[in-house]
Amino acid sequence: MAEIPQRLEGPEIGRGVQAHRLADDLMVINMGPQHPSTHGVLRLVLTLEGETVLDCNPVVGYLHTGIEKNAEYRTWVQGVTFVTRADYLSPFFNELAYCLSVERLIGIEAPARAQAIRVMLCELNRIASHLVWIATTGLELGAISVMLYGFREREAIIDIFEAITGLRMNHAFIRPGGLVMDLPEGAEDSIRRMLLHLDARTDELEDLLSGNPIWIERNRGVGVLDAETCKAWGVTGPLLRAAGIPFDLRKTNPYSGYERYEFDVPTREEADCYARYEVRIAEIRESLRIVEQVLDSLPGGPVMEDDPKVAWPAQLEVGPDGIGNSEAYVRHIMEESMEALINHFKIVTQGINVPAGEVYTAVESPRGELGFFVVSEGGARPYRVRIKDPSFVHVQALPQMVTGGLVADVVASVASADPVMGGVDR
Amino acid sequence: MDAEQLAERLRGRFPDVIVARGEVTVTIARKELVDAIAFLRDEPELEFDLLSDASCTDWPGRDPRIWMAYHLYAMARHHRVRVKVGLPEGDLHVPTITALHPSANWHEREMFDFFGVIFDGHPDLRRIELPDEWEGHPLRKDEPLGGVPTRYHGAHVPPPDERGL
Repeated sequence: MAEIPQRLEGPEIGRGVQAHRLADDLMVINMGPQHPSTHGVLRLVLTLEGETVLDCNPVVGYLHTGIEKNAEYRTWVQGVTFVTRADYLSPFFNELAYCLSVERLIGIEAPARAQAIRVMLCELNRIASHLVWIATTGLELGAISVMLYGFREREAIIDIFEAITGLRMNHAFIRPGGLVMDLPEGAEDSIRRMLLHLDARTDELEDLLSGNPIWIERNRGVGVLDAETCKAWGVTGPLLRAAGIPFDLRKTNPYSGYERYEFDVPTREEADCYARYEVRIAEIRESLRIVEQVLDSLPGGPVMEDDPKVAWPAQLEVGPDGIGNSEAYVRHIMEESMEALINHFKIVTQGINVPAGEVYTAVESPRGELGFFVVSEGGARPYRVRIKDPSFVHVQALPQMVTGGLVADVVASVASADPVMGGVDR
Repeated sequence: MDAEQLAERLRGRFPDVIVARGEVTVTIARKELVDAIAFLRDEPELEFDLLSDASCTDWPGRDPRIWMAYHLYAMARHHRVRVKVGLPEGDLHVPTITALHPSANWHEREMFDFFGVIFDGHPDLRRIELPDEWEGHPLRKDEPLGGVPTRYHGAHVPPPDERGL
């Protein structure tokens, strides 16, 4: 028998496990970073005794892209195109939280129509994100048809996003002061049609899973994280609501006019993976309700703050390769108005100016509290853009869920936390 | 309790409390940090029981240079507070608050990684996002962004940190 070292060297091997316990029957294994069920590039270093998880150490950083640092070298408006890429399954939430922060620093509020459209896009995005969650969770627990259906329904939402913003993901559609442009013709009708369709398809997904004995067996009583542990580890969103706490920033600290819409905050008491499933399905229905209300009460008017020092000067339209300056606008600045050309040049090359100060703005993303701590020293560039992503906090809390359980339940627990590595690593 | 009332309540305990843009900021000395966070968490009527975020900002040329910002939230009362602590250059030590808020663990590791702040008493202080052998702390202002010039339609576009916006 090979001699067992007193203490294993290396940054994370066996951390938390007493050296004397590292006997022959303990196994340290890497789950990830390229395991199919680790949601991207999450790596878990598991210490196993047979099938039981004695210790779990999440290792992150494989998707770090320096979004926070990059934002310091770009204009305030360019910042949107960076932050939208953090949590790539909920791009509108990143944009919204960032833009709300910039607007609060300037001291403006987006026009009513822009706010309503923001809410609508965010809720559609929440549904899309939850559908990806149910799809990937289904895949990981062996329900492959659920994966196909989940991604199929999500595609319908993505098509709407593409029609509105020109892009399927990473839209950079919400900008400081409002939106890039108004909804295209016919968008409202196609969203209404999709709502009907989604409502029925949510029932279908639920029919597939809710009474399914395997689904129940894999999720019931697995990955329990009670309310006190959630609070101590900063866990928010569906995980916290599945532990019985009706905490939802849209209700507790409303922003963007959420107080105008009627919706419930679904909660469950069991705090296990199954409760999280139920909460997310219920949230899809609540989001559908909100989108419907937005469409019914969509105010008219502009979608961008009427201030030449803030608003992007160009009229934009969706062209064959995404959003670009409209032809009429190019003619206007090139042939008709010197002043318009000067303003365009100043805003586009120098950007907007934001007064000095600092704000922390939090929105309720599909995963929990998404916070932006934005610091300005006055001028055309952010001084600091800090993204507090809920996935980061939830991955940190994973050991609380999986330690003491079975290794097969690790898959269910990680899936139920719905971490998106783009948000974790930024 | 709105921001002004909260600030008034906090002024009974902390000398430096300001309200700006509807947010309450408490600035304290480094040695008071743990006591202050414990007070904010345990005091009835305040109950800041959730650590929303912990991060910092680098201000080279200023004294203190690094400014910590802890964002606390009260789940039952729905209000927020920001606790700020300044760390002088050359002495970037601050006590950990992981004993009060376990979730601070990774946030503190991240600040160590990106800013080089040392959290005294932290159970597991090592890099989190960057590789272990990385040198430097890239979110500090004196660390360059890096990048290469790009040729576009015959013109050379300098890397982003040399464009001099």
